[in-house]
Amino acid sequence: MTGVINQLAHNRRALVGLAILGCFALLALVGPLFVGDPTAMVARPLSPPSWDHWLGTTGQGQDVLAQTIAGARTTLVIGFTVGFAQVAIGALVGTTAGYVGSRVDDALSLVINIFLIMPGLPLMVIVAAYMPTGSITIALVLVATGWAWSARVIRAQAMSLRDRDFVLAARLAGENPLRIVTHEIVPNMTSLLASAFIGATIYAIGAEVALEFLGLGDVSAVSWGTNLYWASNDSALLTGAWWTFVPTGTCVALVGSALALVNSAIDEIGNPRLRTEHAFEDELRAAGMSPGLSTPVLRREVD
Amino acid sequence: MRYLLRRLAFYLLAAWASITLAFVIPRLMPGDPEATMFARFHGKLDPQAMAALRDTFGFSDEPMWRQYISYLGHVASGDLGVSVSYFPARVGDVIATGMVWTLFLAGMAVVIAYALGTLLGIAAAWRRGGWLDSIGPPLFVLVGAFPFFWLAMLLLFLFGFTLGWTPVRHAYDSRVSAELSLSFVWSVVTHAALPAITIVVATVGSWMLDMRNTMVSILGEDYITMAHAKGLPPRRVMFRYAARNALLPSVTSFGMALGFLLSGSLLTEIVFSYPGQGYLLIQAVRSLDYPLIQGLFLTITLAVLGANFLVDIVYVWLDPRARRGQQ
Repeated sequence: MTGVINQLAHNRRALVGLAILGCFALLALVGPLFVGDPTAMVARPLSPPSWDHWLGTTGQGQDVLAQTIAGARTTLVIGFTVGFAQVAIGALVGTTAGYVGSRVDDALSLVINIFLIMPGLPLMVIVAAYMPTGSITIALVLVATGWAWSARVIRAQAMSLRDRDFVLAARLAGENPLRIVTHEIVPNMTSLLASAFIGATIYAIGAEVALEFLGLGDVSAVSWGTNLYWASNDSALLTGAWWTFVPTGTCVALVGSALALVNSAIDEIGNPRLRTEHAFEDELRAAGMSPGLSTPVLRREVD
Repeated sequence: MRYLLRRLAFYLLAAWASITLAFVIPRLMPGDPEATMFARFHGKLDPQAMAALRDTFGFSDEPMWRQYISYLGHVASGDLGVSVSYFPARVGDVIATGMVWTLFLAGMAVVIAYALGTLLGIAAAWRRGGWLDSIGPPLFVLVGAFPFFWLAMLLLFLFGFTLGWTPVRHAYDSRVSAELSLSFVWSVVTHAALPAITIVVATVGSWMLDMRNTMVSILGEDYITMAHAKGLPPRRVMFRYAARNALLPSVTSFGMALGFLLSGSLLTEIVFSYPGQGYLLIQAVRSLDYPLIQGLFLTITLAVLGANFLVDIVYVWLDPRARRGQQ
């Protein structure tokens, strides 16, 4: 585990991604203390960015900067919580299906596949429409409709680990199945769990923003999704008020790209062949050659 | 054949599961779902029509399993009830008008994005490390990080409102009558252009990356080296030998991506007020038109299941191994 953290600390992509995420975490944590009440009317509606209001005001005269910062807190809390819950359920279902196998696997795989094939948005809309509006509803809907993606990858990994020698050894030693799963199988897929968590969080933030944009969240609360909802409802586009939707969209994209960067770094650490490929290409470039069609072979030492 | 039958059984099961979900969800929710669902109808419908509507959705004092059976019967006969927001139109008819526009817009955009992305992927893998291969993937990863509908807002703002190049809402100009005339066709094309471009821009990158990665691994195969060694023209090796085989996995991911694509294009429709399924969905949500929400959920889900089955058929048709291996 410390080895993985050490490798992450030396990976350029991971560092850039983590730095951006750190900024947003700080912004979400202490940012709201420095800006005023995001729902207060502070200036003429839809006034462009100025010295007093760096990112202008919304259709209701609220400060866009304050709304963007307050929105970061709500959106990131929901996004990361949902990502974690999805992977937790995915790990539970995935390892059970993959490790137990046979009929249990058939049944669970069927459920996973049915959830995977249902189009997400209509399913989320129908569940959210019947429930009382609010952040908790949004979170529950996202967990209920998105867990299957994690479950699928975790199941595949659990299946391949089940037949390894060390698991067989544990089984022959008479360990109980629960202990084998929690102590032998799960620790051996930390990088997979981490990348599933990041993938689930990217998905959760995107879907959360989309649902709130549709007006299915609590439209009186301040979050990135509701910011975009109000921007489109107050005809910001019609009046040319680009500042009401550009900052929020950029923030979503920044967080998404940062998470994707960390994810690709984790992939690289978990898949030595990718790492050698990059090292090999860098070496070729340094020697003034262009990388061509080749499949690098894994060496013992890479650096 | 057996493979296809097994897939068909799976899709039927998934269809049954989604139809059942649409029945269970309103009944699981806190409060009185029936009251919420029909509150909007009060004063609009006479008691007799209300009773008929309750019956359509299976809400009655009968035991749950009887309600379920009568609901299944109604769904099977295509009776989805009456819409609240488009009262007194039937849900089925409302959805049918939206379906035409969604199929036109999303269908066209998805085909263009898939073809374009695949070609770009082939080119990027063929000249690996070239300018397309260096610029393309990071650029599309960046574009993909923005919310789908936000890209729609941005394009609408830039090209619709600021530059005024394209119409900003609806599927055709209301001053043009809906008939098969040149001006009507032109109006439909100009109105669909920007939403279609949004969908293409937002999705072309994932097709390109998919195709590039498969192509790269296939280009390392021995039969490609052999084809080069035989002295075949590069173009022939590129398309007939490499690209043709690299297409197979992308057909499978096409099926997997359909749900995501559809969700994105529904949101795009909403931003452009394009009168397809997505626009109906937001109307239904805003006016709490539960019958319409339910009807849209069912038709969209069943359409995705049907499309996936088509993808499976194409896959079997393309890959002889899938045909022989399963028998």
